[in-house]
Amino acid sequence: MLLGRVEGHVWATRKLDVFMGKKLMVVQPLNEGLEAVSGHIVAVDTVDAGIGDIVCLATSKEAAVPMAEKLIPVDAAIVGVVDRVDR
Amino acid sequence: MILCKVTGSVVSTKKDEHFQGYKIMSVTPIRPDGSFFGKPFLAIDATSSGKGDTVLVIKDGGSLQMITGSKKIPENAIIAGVVDNLEIAVSGGQ
Repeated sequence: MLLGRVEGHVWATRKLDVFMGKKLMVVQPLNEGLEAVSGHIVAVDTVDAGIGDIVCLATSKEAAVPMAEKLIPVDAAIVGVVDRVDR
Repeated sequence: MILCKVTGSVVSTKKDEHFQGYKIMSVTPIRPDGSFFGKPFLAIDATSSGKGDTVLVIKDGGSLQMITGSKKIPENAIIAGVVDNLEIAVSGGQ
């Protein structure tokens, strides 16, 4: 999992059917000091995160686990909203 | 998924037979502001995108197999959506 900051929404009309009704968010991956690292990722939101929230981002196969369907082709999902990072 | 811009399409006659029926597009990763970063790569297209479109690209072989229903396509990047609009409310930068 990665830490990330939700920076925006994505609207896409032409997309795979499995993404219908799913919220797609632009997330900037962060390090533990909440500084930006690497490029932005578009993730499916499973916890109703809002713009500006710091979130946990599951990448790869595990991203599909919170979805209701058995397995959907998704490689990144927001799986938690972070209240605080203690260092 | 990552945001990419379609920069062209690839025409190939002599190719692995399992690519049959899929367009191969050249895509370059972009930041939400539209600027390019990173190297361009090739992805097969599941959404009939066109040159200049901003697209969502999944770089995961397992997801590609699920979307195409084939385990034999020798590729791990697939275009899964065409972006209509982006709303960026936090300027993160990198």
